[in-house]
This record gives sequence, structure tokens and C-alpha cells, in this order.
Amino acid sequence: MKNFIKATLLLTVLSILSSCSKKEGCTDPTALNYDANAEKDNGTCVYKTPEVPVATSGKLTFKFVHHFDGISVSHTDVHAPAFSFINAFGDTLSLTKLMYLVSDVRLMKSNGDSVLIEGYKLVDLGDETTQTWETTLDVPFDNYTSIRFNFGFDSTDNVSNIYTDLNSVSWNWPTSIGGGYHFMMMEGKYKFQGNDSTYAYHMGTAHDMMTMTNVQNYFVADLGAISITNNATIQFKMDISEWYKNPYTWSLNDYHSGLMMNYTAQRNMQSNGVDVFSLGTVVQ
Amino acid sequence: MIMIIKSRNILLLLTLTMIFSCAKDPEKEVVETPKNTPTTNNPTPLNLEIPPLFAQYISQPYIPSDNPTTVEGVALGRKLFYDPILSGNGNQSCATCHAPQFAFSESTRFSTGIDGIQGNRNAMPIFNMAWNWGNQFFWDGRASGVEDQALGPVVNPIEMHNTWVNAMSSLQSHSVYPGLFNAAFGTSTIDSILVTKAIAQFERTLISGNSRFDQYLNGQISLTALEIEGFNVFMAENRGDCFHCHGNAANPLWTDNLFHNNGLDATFTDLGLGSITGIASDNGKFRTPSLRNLAYSAPYMHDGRFATLDEVINHYSEGLQNSSTVDPLLKYIGQGGVQLSPADKAALKAFLLSLSDSSFINNPNFSQP
Repeated sequence: MKNFIKATLLLTVLSILSSCSKKEGCTDPTALNYDANAEKDNGTCVYKTPEVPVATSGKLTFKFVHHFDGISVSHTDVHAPAFSFINAFGDTLSLTKLMYLVSDVRLMKSNGDSVLIEGYKLVDLGDETTQTWETTLDVPFDNYTSIRFNFGFDSTDNVSNIYTDLNSVSWNWPTSIGGGYHFMMMEGKYKFQGNDSTYAYHMGTAHDMMTMTNVQNYFVADLGAISITNNATIQFKMDISEWYKNPYTWSLNDYHSGLMMNYTAQRNMQSNGVDVFSLGTVVQ
Repeated sequence: MIMIIKSRNILLLLTLTMIFSCAKDPEKEVVETPKNTPTTNNPTPLNLEIPPLFAQYISQPYIPSDNPTTVEGVALGRKLFYDPILSGNGNQSCATCHAPQFAFSESTRFSTGIDGIQGNRNAMPIFNMAWNWGNQFFWDGRASGVEDQALGPVVNPIEMHNTWVNAMSSLQSHSVYPGLFNAAFGTSTIDSILVTKAIAQFERTLISGNSRFDQYLNGQISLTALEIEGFNVFMAENRGDCFHCHGNAANPLWTDNLFHNNGLDATFTDLGLGSITGIASDNGKFRTPSLRNLAYSAPYMHDGRFATLDEVINHYSEGLQNSSTVDPLLKYIGQGGVQLSPADKAALKAFLLSLSDSSFINNPNFSQP
């Protein structure tokens, strides 16, 4: 009988030890209570509470929003165009297309250094999905003296035919008038002497036919000071009416088409463009 | 004593059993894949032959993830494309209205279906389908994708006038097709989805990228002075201004695949895109056709109204009609257009014809199998 009890006991112990019930415990070497003898993890691991690192940088998302001298403009305005707008000269006009290229957003520090977010975005007023630009660079938190970007490509970036996505949508600017890419295509209709006429306000490299020289025609849009304290969503606001004034009051009947080859028109677009953008809301 | 031995034996036995059973963890058991999987379930992947200029300048072709291109799928699609079995009376195939010698379009203005009824649109040519990233097909954009496009004509009462049920039954009872579907898709049960997938696979292989102008850009040949001048007319905003919709030397598609009203009519008898979207500002807009292979794809425009390229060029030069949705890229509409000189017109025509690709229409891989 004694032997029988012994045997039963042994059997029980062995069963416990071996019946797929390996020694249980915490098997994660990184845990505070790691048990080197444990063979099976029983979910009891305890970890050191991670010290939450204090964030020192964030990622920026840019939202492109549009208005015409205070009248909000959206994709519906190009999908169902109407003569809703009047420019500084007095032309009544509609918008059937507004696409433009923005590149190299830069945040300036007071000591003269800057943070450059390289890349470009082709914004299409008719396609809302193109109006958000999520960037991936970690931007240090700081009080920046200004946030700015290139409208179009600067001379380093404006190289003919090297961007496959832009080639795919025929965004190229003819090499005979300087090459590179369009910076903007703004199209629609305007009223002239009671009739509907068309305009194609296209901007890119300015080619001077007289001297056969090309002038880089991009500009830097400087939107002023901004503090980055977190991941931030920043609105870039375009006032479309500004393309038609300050300093050059634009008459669509004088300049409506054939503008790509028109040096004066290109330079006027450039000078009118500088104050087209302003900083909208900043959410962070 | 006997008892002890007995217990120990039992003990040993039990222990061994336990150890043994623990060693074999069922969850970690690897189920071996049976060998000799039938090859019918593994069609051979096929890469599209991407022309060098396409690879260099534009984005990758779009191929739906649920319909990868395979050798067997393309072969089946090619057979189906040329087989009148899909039509209601067994007399018409896709190739009836999309013949290779016409760049997979038709030489008549409108297509006539099996019942002798004529449609109201010119059959579109078929090439470079995988580079239409917007994925809208037909003149009015009503099909979303090549597969979806192929669904329509089989059952259209003025085209092949069949039912899919009837077409399926013809294919299913055919001596060869069930085996070909098994080879391409791993099932010999035929349905309309698989038929259109196979046809779409074949159509995506119809790639045209070897015209004289392509060869010129690749540095293989020279062009004539007239052709070069024609390209200059094409690219000049104050002359042809064709490039905004029809590509350029870095966009070898020669179309934007978008929808425009190109000033054909002051009032619309065919609403085009507008009939699909229901949006008034889309009325009179049609998909931009490619300028490749114009030498073979006459007549031109969605309704085939122009029999010759001269008529097309004259239209843009002095025949434009104003309307509410006319594209702003068309200039001087009040005067009918940009008024090209006869010399510019001749040069432009010469350039346009340099975009035709005889190796495409004669490619033996694309002909009736």
C-alpha cells in the first residue's frame, strides 16, 4: 500500500511536470521578472514602464485651400463652372481648371538656418485628394521666422522630362520656350462684349523671343512666422483674385491665350503671384 | 514485490506516453503541400513588353491585382477576341469592329451589329490600354477598366446581341474552351468575368511604341525636315497647341486619356461624358484619342465625321464651334480657330503620320491565332 501511494504521488508529480505543462513563468528576457527556468510563458511578464520620450519634432501636413477675394472656391466650382468671379480689371470669369505645382517647403530659423522639406505636389482644384500633402520629414519644434515654398520649380529642379508622374499628365513645358514643367494651368471663360471667350493662364519658364533667352519664373511664396509645437496641419491659402492684380492689373482680353510664349505675360504672372498665398489655420 | 514492479512499469509507460505526446505539438505540425500540383492552377506569369520610351518617361502600366497577365490568359483572350462564338448568331467577333489592320478599330464611320443595326460611335482603336491610369474607357468613359469595357459589346443589342448566359453555354459546351479556361484560371467553369479577364489580358499586350517618331527619339533614325517642322507646329502654343491634350516627346501615349469638348458642335446631339455623369458641364465631352496609328484608324472623332487627317486639321484650324462646355485650350473660337498656314498644316500632318507604327499592326503575336 505504501508503495502504491508513493507510486501514485510520483505519478502525479511527473504528470504535472511533464504533461505538456512545462514550467510556466515569464519567458521574455527583457521583462523585469524574467524566469530563466520557465519554458512556457504564462502571461505574467512585468515590464519597466517606458519613459515617454519628450517629442522634439513633428511631421507636417499641408492643406491647399482656395478663395477668390474672400469667396470660397472648391472642386464644385470647376465641375460646374459659372461666371462667379470678377477680377480687379472688371472681367467676369469662370474657372474650368486650376492646377499648380508647389515644391521645397522651407522653414526659416532666426539664426539663418532652415529646415527643407524636399519634394513637390501637383495640386488640382478639381480633385480634392491632391489638396492634402503629407510630408514625412521630422521638423524640430521651434519658432520659425517664416514658412515658405517655391511656386513651381526652382532652376535646380526645373529639368525637362525627369519626373515620370508629371510627364504622365503632360505637365511638361515645351523645350522651345525654355523647357522644364508648367507651374500652373488656370483655365476658364470670361465675358467680352457679351460673348463667352476662353482663357488659358498657363505659367512656367519665361522665354524672351527677342533675345532668345529663358528666365526662371518661379517665385518664393513667404507665408510668415510659424511655431511648430506638435505634428501640424497647415493651410496654404490661395487667393485666386491676386493673380489678376498687385502690381499688374490683368485684363483677360489683353492676355487670354498664347501666354506661354509671351514673355511679358509670364513675368507679370510671376510678379502678381508673389502675394497670392497666405497662411491659413494651423492645427497642432 | 510484483506490485512494485508492476507500478513502476506503469509509471514508466505513463511517463513515456506523456513525454512522447508533448514532443508532438499538433500546432507546430507542418502540413506538407502535396507534390505534383496540377500545372493548370499555375499559369505562367507574363510581363508586358514595355517600350523603352515608356519605361524612361512615364509611370508604370496599371494591371488590376485580381487579373495578372499570364501566358495562358493572353492566349485564351486572343482566341476569344477573334472568335465569333461570343456573338448572338456566331457571325461577329471583337475583331470584326477592332481589326488589327485598322489599329484594332474599324474603317467605317459606325459599326454595324449582327442584326444590321448601326451604332452612333466610331469604334475606338485598341492599344496601350494599361497606361490609361484613370481607367475610364469608351468615348464617354462609361466603362471602368478594360475588363468592364469587354462586358458591354457582347450583350449590346446593336452590337453582338448575345446574352452572357448563352455565350457561357456555347463556350462551356465547346471542345477546347473549358480546358483553356482551366489552364488560364484554374477552373473549367466558364463565366463572363473570366471571359472578360482573358480578353483584357490580351488587350493589355497590344502595345504600340515603335513608330518612326519613337525610333527618332531613340536615336535610331532621322526624320524629314517636314516632320520635324510638324512637331514644332504641334508644340507651339500659338500654332498647333496640340500638346496640352495629346502628349509630347516625354509622354509617348499621345493622349491625356481625359475628356474634352473639342469644338465639334454648337449644339449637342450626343452628350458624350455628360450622358454618363449627368453633369451639364460634361456635355459634349469625349475621351481624347491617341495620335498613334492615325494612318490606319480613319475615320476620326467619336462619330467618325472626318474621313481624312486634313479634315481634322482644318477643324482645329478654322472649324471650331463655340458652346457652353468648349475647352478653353481651344483658341480664337470666334474666328473658328488658330488659322494655321497651309505650310503648317502640311508639316503637322507629316509629323502626325510619323506616329504610326507598322510593326504594331503587323505584329504576329496580335493576329488571329
